Amino acid sequence: MQPANYLLRLGDNPLILGQRLAEWCGHAPVLEEDIALTNIALDLIGQARLLLAHAAALQGTGDEDSLAFLRDVEGFRNVTLVELPNGDYAHTTVRNALFFAYQCELWQALQASHDAQLAAIAAKSLKEANYHWRHSADWLLRLGDGTEESHARAQAALDELWRYSRELFTDDEVDAAAARDGIGVLPSSLESAWAARILPLMEQATLTLPAATTFCSRGKSGYHSEHLGYILAEMQFMQRAYPGAKW
Amino acid sequence: MVSATEFANTCEAAPPSRSSSDAQISEVQAAPAVARGDGVKRVQELLMEVLDPEIPVLNVIEMGIVRSIVCTDESVQILITPTYSGCPAMEMIEQDIRAALARGGFNQTEIKTVLSPAWTTDWLSAAAREKLREHGIAPPSGAACMGSPQQTEVACPRCGSRETEELSAFGSTACQALRRCRACREPFGYFKAI
Repeated sequence: MQPANYLLRLGDNPLILGQRLAEWCGHAPVLEEDIALTNIALDLIGQARLLLAHAAALQGTGDEDSLAFLRDVEGFRNVTLVELPNGDYAHTTVRNALFFAYQCELWQALQASHDAQLAAIAAKSLKEANYHWRHSADWLLRLGDGTEESHARAQAALDELWRYSRELFTDDEVDAAAARDGIGVLPSSLESAWAARILPLMEQATLTLPAATTFCSRGKSGYHSEHLGYILAEMQFMQRAYPGAKW
Repeated sequence: MVSATEFANTCEAAPPSRSSSDAQISEVQAAPAVARGDGVKRVQELLMEVLDPEIPVLNVIEMGIVRSIVCTDESVQILITPTYSGCPAMEMIEQDIRAALARGGFNQTEIKTVLSPAWTTDWLSAAAREKLREHGIAPPSGAACMGSPQQTEVACPRCGSRETEELSAFGSTACQALRRCRACREPFGYFKAI
């Protein structure tokens, strides 16, 4: 079960962030960003499908659909950062930058996983994550080092979201077991490379990092904010109302 | 009788060139698989009729989506690889492959998805790149270069000018970005190099 739990963590992050970004469809500030955010969402949901299908295979029960549509809130293993509401475009951009910088380092490291399927998913996803990172970093720079209004919004987003990034680099026994078996990597081992991407970007974007706090969210252990339930209510509605429906 | 052809092996034997010369890139991918049986040859011909639903000028072999074909007396096994993890065309491509083979009399077709080696635009042959250009989509510029694809020179597929700029990193399909030509002012799709 341990490797499957580790895979659920990897798969639930892109699933929930993909669902969040899809909410921008038809609402983004400009048409190009509408297309960009939904394209990114599509890549993320594609990654989630591969990861959850692999988690189901390791579990020996269910499939990608039963994992996505039939688990309740406490069964999800995504970090809290990805389930928070989209907020304004600056919030979405800051979250994307924090998360995609992490995913770049994660997939880079997992290409060496002893689990051949996970290594293959990592190599494929890395190309996509690099592209997503480039997009969010470009926008963060434009917003942070932009107008008074865009700077204020980007700073407010960073002030709110920064503390949630800590969970990305916190190890527990599931991570330790996956790392010991050569399947996964310790989240803490990715932090310095992540910081090497994020810190210079924030400085260039003229944003100030909030002071460190002891707060650490625990979404990946199943302790979620109230927001996840609303995402699932929308995402899972069809399968709950019409079990087994296909089209 | 078992005959097999491995596109993947062909590519691994000659890793994608870092050079931007089309001639070298075509060497990597063009090397047509050595068919060791009529079955494989026939399947290849049928697959060349299956077009990518979103880029309807390229077939699934030219796209590098088909990685290997294995024929036995009873069945055909085809390995395919997705261009992007979430490419919505993959399911349709699978159905189209099945239908094309059924039309050719192959009714026992097994299609499996493989992820490794990850798909790269380096597998597009020179001929495929020319077809894209004629269709109005700028082909991927040079060999796949990670990190800063916006710095590569992209020629306008209409007037050929290299004075082009990126309008949006994402375009009408997962595999394209949107650019504009500064010379003729026309916007165009650019096939992202990955």
